[in-house]
Amino acid sequence: MVYQGNKEIVEKGRVDWTTVIFFLLFVMLGWLNIYAASYDLENATGLFDLSGRAGMQLVWIGTSLLLAFALLKIDVGFYEIYAFVFYLAGIGLLLVTLLVAQEINGSRSWLIIGPVRLQPAEFMKFIIALAMAKVFNSYGFRLMERKNLLLVSAIILLPVMLVIAQSETGTALVYLSFILVLYREGLPGGFLFVGIASIVYFILGIKFSDTQVGMLSRGEFITTILIVIFAAGLVWSYMKRRGVVTVLLLLAATTFLTAFIVSLFSVRTDWGLVAIIAFLVTGLYLLYLFFRYRKKTYIFIFLFMVSSFAFLESVEYVFYDVLQPHQQMRIKVTLGMEQDLSGAGYHVGQSKIAIGSGGLVGKGFLNGTQTKLKYVPEQDTDFIFCTIGEEHGFIGSTLILILFMAFVFRLLHLAERQTTVFGRVYGYAAVSVFLFHMIINVGMVIGIMPVIGIPLPFFSYGGSSLWGFTILLFIFLRIDKSRKRI
Amino acid sequence: MSNYNSLTKRRYIIAAVAVIIALVYVVQLFHLQILSPQYREYADSNAFLRRSLYPARGAIYDRKGNLLVYNRPTYDVMMVVREMKQFDTLDFCRTLNINKESFHSLDADMRDRRRNPGYSSYTPQLFMPQLDVKGYGLLQEKLYKFPGIYIQSRTERQYNFPNMGLILGYVAEVDKNKMAADPYYVRGDYVGKSGIELSHEEDLRGEKGVEVLLRDAHGRVQGRYEEGRHDKAPVSGRDLTLGIDIALQAYGEQLMHNKVGSIVMIEPKTGEILCMVSAPTYDPSLLTGNTFSANYQSLENNPYKPLINRAIAGTYPPGSTFKPTQGLIFLQEGIITPESRYSCYGGYPPLGGRPACHGHASPLAIQYALSTSCNSFFCYGFNGMLSNRTKYATVGEAFDVWKNHLVNLGFGYPLGVDLPSEKRGFIPNSKFYSNVFKTERWNAHNIISIAIGQGEILATPLQIANLGATIANRGYFYTPHVVKERKGVSLEETYTTRHESGINREYFEITVNGMADAVTQGTCRGINLAPLVEVCGKTGTAENPHGDDHSLFMGFAPKDDPQIAIAVVVENGRFGATNAVPIARLMMQQFFRGEIPESDQWLEKSIINREILPYAYTRTTLPTE
Repeated sequence: MVYQGNKEIVEKGRVDWTTVIFFLLFVMLGWLNIYAASYDLENATGLFDLSGRAGMQLVWIGTSLLLAFALLKIDVGFYEIYAFVFYLAGIGLLLVTLLVAQEINGSRSWLIIGPVRLQPAEFMKFIIALAMAKVFNSYGFRLMERKNLLLVSAIILLPVMLVIAQSETGTALVYLSFILVLYREGLPGGFLFVGIASIVYFILGIKFSDTQVGMLSRGEFITTILIVIFAAGLVWSYMKRRGVVTVLLLLAATTFLTAFIVSLFSVRTDWGLVAIIAFLVTGLYLLYLFFRYRKKTYIFIFLFMVSSFAFLESVEYVFYDVLQPHQQMRIKVTLGMEQDLSGAGYHVGQSKIAIGSGGLVGKGFLNGTQTKLKYVPEQDTDFIFCTIGEEHGFIGSTLILILFMAFVFRLLHLAERQTTVFGRVYGYAAVSVFLFHMIINVGMVIGIMPVIGIPLPFFSYGGSSLWGFTILLFIFLRIDKSRKRI
Repeated sequence: MSNYNSLTKRRYIIAAVAVIIALVYVVQLFHLQILSPQYREYADSNAFLRRSLYPARGAIYDRKGNLLVYNRPTYDVMMVVREMKQFDTLDFCRTLNINKESFHSLDADMRDRRRNPGYSSYTPQLFMPQLDVKGYGLLQEKLYKFPGIYIQSRTERQYNFPNMGLILGYVAEVDKNKMAADPYYVRGDYVGKSGIELSHEEDLRGEKGVEVLLRDAHGRVQGRYEEGRHDKAPVSGRDLTLGIDIALQAYGEQLMHNKVGSIVMIEPKTGEILCMVSAPTYDPSLLTGNTFSANYQSLENNPYKPLINRAIAGTYPPGSTFKPTQGLIFLQEGIITPESRYSCYGGYPPLGGRPACHGHASPLAIQYALSTSCNSFFCYGFNGMLSNRTKYATVGEAFDVWKNHLVNLGFGYPLGVDLPSEKRGFIPNSKFYSNVFKTERWNAHNIISIAIGQGEILATPLQIANLGATIANRGYFYTPHVVKERKGVSLEETYTTRHESGINREYFEITVNGMADAVTQGTCRGINLAPLVEVCGKTGTAENPHGDDHSLFMGFAPKDDPQIAIAVVVENGRFGATNAVPIARLMMQQFFRGEIPESDQWLEKSIINREILPYAYTRTTLPTE
C-alpha cells in the first residue's frame, strides 16, 4: 500500500500549536463562564477563590496543563505498546467502580479516593480510542472480516455495557459515536443508512403513535410508505435500473389510486390496509425480480423492507416496555409530544428561556438573570452553554459554535495527515468524541436533542471530564508530533 | 487504491454532516434569540419581583384640628418553612400568647393550599396576623431563637372617635371591578370603599412605590436589581381636614340615638358641612381588622340599615320646609307681591278645604303665611302661577319655569357633595305629569299638594339644609362639602364656586323675616334662642303613607351674618315641633354656647332618651317564614 495522502512538509517534531491555542481558548472561556454560571448574588466569590466553582476549575485547568505537558513528553511508542494494558486496566476500573461506587444523582459512576472524586468512564474514551487504533494498526487488518468486526465491536460494546450498568447512558452513547471511526475505516455506508433509517422509523413511529389511519397508527402509515420509497432508493443506488424503480413506484401509486377510486363510491376505505397492500405489492415485485434475474441485491432489499417493518412494529414495545418512564418522558418532550414545563421539560424550558432572553448581543457578563437565579439546573456543568447564550447572545453563542467547528475541522485535518493507521484511527476517535459531545450537548441545551447529560468539552465544570478530554487531545497531539514526514 | 481514495473522501461527508448540524443549531439559536422576543419576557417575569411599596394613607382631621383617622402599625408573624430549624415551640407559643393547639392549627392553616393558594416553603408565609405592639416587642427580642420566623409590618386604619362611620367610610381589599377599571390597583391593595375614604381615595392613597427584586427559582428574594436603580419611593397620601366639628357631630349622634333620621349643619358662607348625622350609624372601628367581616355582616343585616347615609341618600317629602321656595318663586315670577293677600278658611277653598290648614288670621300676606305655615296661601300662589296664561303659554311651560327655579335652589339633582352615593331627590317636570295624566291638559289643582312639599316632591336632608344656607346667604350657596382642606393642594373648584339661585335678594329678605317670625311668634317658637342668637326657621311635617309623619326642621342662625344652616329630619317623629325643633335647638345651643345650659338639660335628657324606631323597617325586612 503506497501512501498518497498529505504531502505537506512540516518541521520535524513540532506540536500543533493551532490546536493548543484552541484548547487554551476553550478552557479560559469555560472558566469565565463557570464563574458567571455559579456566581452567587449574595455571597459572590472571586474568580480565584478556591471555595467557588471557578476557583476549583482553575485548579483543574492547572493540573490539566501539567498533564498535557507530561503527555507530550512521553515517548509515542508507549501509547501503542501499552494500549491493551490500558484497555484491560480501564475495564477493570469500570468493574471496580460498578461494585464499590455509591449512588450519586442516580448513577454509580464515581470512584472516591480520599479527597479525589473520579469518573473512570470519562477516561475510558481515550482508552477505547487507543485500543481501536492499535487493533486497526495490526498487520493486514481488514475491518470487513467477520473476526475483526467482532473484535472491534467487542472493544466498543464491552465498556458501553459497563457504563450502562452504571446508569451513565450519555457516556455509553459517546462510546457508540466511535462508529464514525469505523465508517472512515471502511464500514459500508449501508450500515450508517440502516442506523439512520432506524432512528427515523423510531421518531416517526413514536411521535405519531397517537392517531390512527385505518388499521395502522399514523406513524406506522407514514413509515410504511417511507419504507417503499427507501426500497426504490436502494434499487436505484445499487442496481442503477431506472425502469425497475419506475415500475416499483408505479405499483405502489396504482394501489393508492385504485383505493382512492373505490373510496369515491362511498365504500369505507381502510387507508392503513391500502398502505400494507402497497408494501406487499412492491415486496412481491422485488421477489419476482430476484427469481427472474438471480441478483442477490433484490433479496437483500426485500429483507431490508421486511426487517424495517418488523422494527417499526417493535418500536412501540421497546419504547413503552423497555425504556424507563423518565427516559420516555425526555424523548416525548423532545419530540414535542408533551409540554411538561415543570417536570422533564423544565430543564429545557428554562434553558431555552435563558438562551432566548439573550437576544443579539446578550445581557453582558454576570448579568444573566436566568443563570444567576438558578432557574437553569446544572448550569455550570451540562447546561453551561445557557450562560453563554444568555450573557453573550446570538453573536456569542454562534461564535462559540463556529470556534468549536473550526477546532473539530482542525482535528479532522490532523487525523487525515497521519502517516500511520494508528494515528489516523486515534485522530478520528478524538474527532468523534468532541463532535458528538458538542452536537448532543448544544442540541440538548437549545431544545433540539433529548436531555442526555454529557458535558460540553473544556467548558463544563468538572475535573474528570476536563482531564479526560485533555488526555484524549494531547495523546493525539503527541502522536501527531512524531508522525513520519514525507 | 480506488477504495482507499473513496475512504479518504469520507472525511468530507463527515465534515458536511457536521456543518449541516451546526447550521441547524445556528438557525435554532437565531429563532430563539432573535425571532422570539417572548423569551426575554419569560426571563424577566421569572427573575424580577416587582414589589409594591405602600405609602401611608393620609390622615383625617376635623375642623378644629382633632385627629380623627390615622394609621397604626400592626405586625404579622411570617414563617419561612425551609429556614426553620428545631426550636423551642413552647417558648414560641408563650411569646405569642397562644397555646400549643392553636399553634398547630395556625400551622396547618398556613400549609393548607386551599386556604392559602400561594403557599411555598421557600417564601415568607403569613403565620399569625395582627400582633400588637407589645407582642411585637416580645417577639422581636427573642427572634434570634426562632430561625425562619419574620415579622412584617402593615398599617391599619385607626379611629380616635366612635363617630361618623358613614362619613369617614372604610377601607378594604380592592375588588375585581375596581382593578379592571383602574390599573393602579393590584390584588391585595386596600382601597376606600365608602364615605370620604372612597370619594377622596386619590388624595388619601398617595402613590405606590416599587422595588425591583431578584427572585430565584425557589421564589426566594436574592437582593435588589442593580442596587435599586429601578426602584421608586412611595409618596404618602394627602392629609385631609374636614369642615366637620367632631364635638358637634358626636353630640348630634347622641341626640339621634334610638331614632331614624338625619341632622345636617352647613356653614352658609363656605358650604362646609359642620355636622352630618345619619341615624342609626356605627363606630368606624368596627370595620377594621380581623372582625371586619362579622361586623359588616351584622350591620348589613340590621333592619334599620345603618350602612345608608340618610343625610344624602335618604329622600323625604320636605313638607312645609319647602314653602319658602314657593314664596320665592311666586315673588320672582311676579305672581304675588309682598303685599298680596289670600284668604284661608282652615283649608284651601277652591278644593273644598283641601289641603286643610290650621287656625290663624286671614287673609294673609307672604311673610305671615310663612310664619304660620299657611297651606292655602301657597296653593293659591301655585294655582295662580300655573293658570297664568298671559305670562306662560301653557301649564307645562309655567310648570317648567317653576321646576327650573327649584333646580337653581339645589333640588332635583345631586348637589355634588364630596361623598359617594348621594341621591337626587325628586322634582317632577311637566312631561312627568303629562305622562301621569296621559294628557297635557292638567292643572294646578290636580297636583296641588306639591305646592306644600308633599306629593311627588322628594328631597334629601342635605338639600333641605342647603336651602337653609341659600336663604341665609340671601340668594346663593356653595356646594356643600365635608372636606375643607387637602394638604398641599387647593380644594376643587366646584366647592369654591358660588351658585346663584336667580332670585332677587329682596325676596329672600322677606322670606328671612317670615322665618324669623316663625321662631318668635309662629310654628317653631321652641327654637327661640333670643337673646343669645336670632334664629330663623321653618318646621315641616311630611305626610308618610307608611306610618307616622316625619318631623322636619330647616333653619339658620343668626338672622344677620348667619353662621349655620341646619336641617333635621326625624322619621316618624310627627309634628316638626315635636322632635325636629328641639333637636335643632340643642344643636344650636351646642354650636353657639359649646354646652347645654341648665335650663335646657331636661330637654336634652328627654330627647336622648326618646326612642322613635319605626316599626315599618322591621316589618318589611322580617324573613318570610
